[in-house]
Amino acid sequence: MKNPFKKKLALPSLSSDRTKTIASSLVSIGMGIVFGCLLLFLIACFDQFISDYQDIPVGQSFKGMLVIILGVFSSAIGGGISTAYLIGDMLFRATPLIMTGLSAALAYKTGLFNIGAPGQYLMGTVTSISVALTLGMNGVNGFISWIVAFLAAIIAGALWGCIPGLFKAFFNVNEVITSIMTNWIAANFVTWFFSTMKQFQNTLTVNKTGYTITTGTYGVATPKLFLNFDGSYANGGILIAILLAVGVYVLLNKTTFGFELKACGSNKNAAKYAGMSAKRNIVLSMALAGGLSAVGAALYYLQGDIEYSWTNAYMSLPQVGFNGIPVALLANCNPIGTIFAALFMAYLNISGSQLRILTFYDSEYISNIIIAVIVYLSAFSVFFKSVINGEHKLFSFAKSKDGENDGAKNFIKRFADKISSLKKNKNTVAADKQSDSAEKECVKEDNNG
Amino acid sequence: MVNLLQQTILFTVPLILVALAGVFAERSGIINLALEGIMIIGAFGGVLFIRGMQNAGFPRELGQLLLILGLIVTAIVGALFSLLLSFSAIKMKADQTIGGTALNLLAPAIALFIINVVFLDSRLTINGDAPSWFMLGRGDLESLGFIGDILFRKFYITTYIGIAIYVILSVILYKTKFGLRLRACGEHPQAADSVGINVYKMRYIGTTISGALAGMGGYIYSVTTANAVADGSVAGFGFLALAVMIFGNWKPLNIAIAGTVFGLFKCLSAVSAQIPFLNNLGISTYFYNMLPYIITLVILAFTSKKSMAPKAEGIPYDKGQR
Repeated sequence: MKNPFKKKLALPSLSSDRTKTIASSLVSIGMGIVFGCLLLFLIACFDQFISDYQDIPVGQSFKGMLVIILGVFSSAIGGGISTAYLIGDMLFRATPLIMTGLSAALAYKTGLFNIGAPGQYLMGTVTSISVALTLGMNGVNGFISWIVAFLAAIIAGALWGCIPGLFKAFFNVNEVITSIMTNWIAANFVTWFFSTMKQFQNTLTVNKTGYTITTGTYGVATPKLFLNFDGSYANGGILIAILLAVGVYVLLNKTTFGFELKACGSNKNAAKYAGMSAKRNIVLSMALAGGLSAVGAALYYLQGDIEYSWTNAYMSLPQVGFNGIPVALLANCNPIGTIFAALFMAYLNISGSQLRILTFYDSEYISNIIIAVIVYLSAFSVFFKSVINGEHKLFSFAKSKDGENDGAKNFIKRFADKISSLKKNKNTVAADKQSDSAEKECVKEDNNG
Repeated sequence: MVNLLQQTILFTVPLILVALAGVFAERSGIINLALEGIMIIGAFGGVLFIRGMQNAGFPRELGQLLLILGLIVTAIVGALFSLLLSFSAIKMKADQTIGGTALNLLAPAIALFIINVVFLDSRLTINGDAPSWFMLGRGDLESLGFIGDILFRKFYITTYIGIAIYVILSVILYKTKFGLRLRACGEHPQAADSVGINVYKMRYIGTTISGALAGMGGYIYSVTTANAVADGSVAGFGFLALAVMIFGNWKPLNIAIAGTVFGLFKCLSAVSAQIPFLNNLGISTYFYNMLPYIITLVILAFTSKKSMAPKAEGIPYDKGQR
């Protein structure tokens, strides 16, 4: 049996599991960024063969790479928007990402894959905007309207999240499938709702169709507090998101309820045997996940100045919802980690929009590409860890001779040893070339073996 | 009425083709959530190819040849893109849901990035419109009878090629040795391995066929129903195909029926404003859009006990495991 105290007594070291998890996340991030840079370079090289419209000089691709890496600090090389504003923008964009990331992380910890975050986010959007506007129009105090709209969004998201949970608990249908269905139902519902509800449409601004009125029009806006950042959208919402992240951490790790949720996730039958209601816990964790996603939408749209464009909502799902998955994966489903992972994602988003402003690349989608590559690679974390451990067979020669498996530290040294021994063999072969053919055959075989 | 049924066929064919793509992957044991992404890449690759050939001076008289060449190209593109999924799921034994999600994020991002940066536009179109290049039976034909009018007036050759491919591949999956082996890998890979079937190879083949089918589906969708426009979206068609696959219980014949029903709904939402009877009902087009998903949910609730989902789908195959 394992000694339960061993883990606590051991000092954190390079080879600890947590370090390896972080290292494998960093490897994914690094490879994602390298892929993005490579793509910029390739496009600069080959674009004139694809279309006559644009010929990006190769020099621009290096500038583009720099912009991607510098992110919010990229105004240092190109001017334009101030760094303070960009940092504020990063905080604002990170706010909903923290929430959808928490949603995915909480579901993942309880054994569920919440791909329904976009739908829950949409339900949060529609509820928060319509409640805030309705109350605002009727002259209710802005602060009270904000609170009511916020809570209504949570309830709507939680109810929407319940649906896949109920299907999983009572009909044993995979939550991924039902989440996809509810996502598209929500997407159509949102467009349907706003196209019928004329009172929420912005008809005053000329040349603007398909947008809702901003909630700030009726004084419903999240207080900015001290987060001014050169007039950016940053507001107190980020603090609420961070508080909620801490709350989820405490819930999962310090309470009986959280323990039950996790227990049902890791072994449903064992949890049942211990007297927990697996069905109740599945529904509850999906409801919590739904509520968290909806909070993301509420914090975003209750900022006060954000218009929601509903006309094409039925055609595509909100990216923020899906990006919760990479946030959770990068954070290894640690609620506190999602804060940093979401900030990083927002940083990448800024990189994308800065690329558009500062270089010839007229697109911000590079950040989506990098994020997608990171998600793809983050699924390999087990593989990366085994490489770091020196366990993988591709790197099996990395094992030292006595069979001891001492990680990546001596990897390079052993690699050098291997190369030098190969070189030696080569020299022997060369020397033996003069000798008769039978002997040569022998050495070759030796070398191959 | 003729128009409605014609439209239904146009919507149904890519839908069932992509649903069959899902079947091939899942029957071999790989959950292919990336159908939407592969469709997007297929649509993008197809439009890019047609446009390139047009610019290179491909004559309009040979439009049908170009359409078929495009189909082959998109099959290859889709198959190559799906290799990313099979590599992650089979070689790396990674979570297939995450791999599929990643490809769904990657496909529109890459398509839109290239369209934005290289073509300085938000959408990629071919030169001229799709009907004038590729549609057959456009002249003033005399009436061919009810059925004839539906099938051979204003149609695309890809629709019928799609149906042919669907039938052939369904037969291969159910009536040949290869099909049986493939399905065995999705039901009980250990048993399949014990009789000498290479499970990894079979799964690679299943996913690659799946990718080729989804790529073609995306291309057919974009040419026949979206006027050959690529804008990094197929409006959730890939996910709808997933719903069709589940609704059809992973069986080709059921999928064909389910696909027709779903195609009809999709079509109703597109044309309901033009048909007086439907317009008078006052049901929103968005409701018709929702209906397939709602029906799938209801059906799932009632049939989950009898669901014929491949037993080993989603589980990476490990030779050492029993």
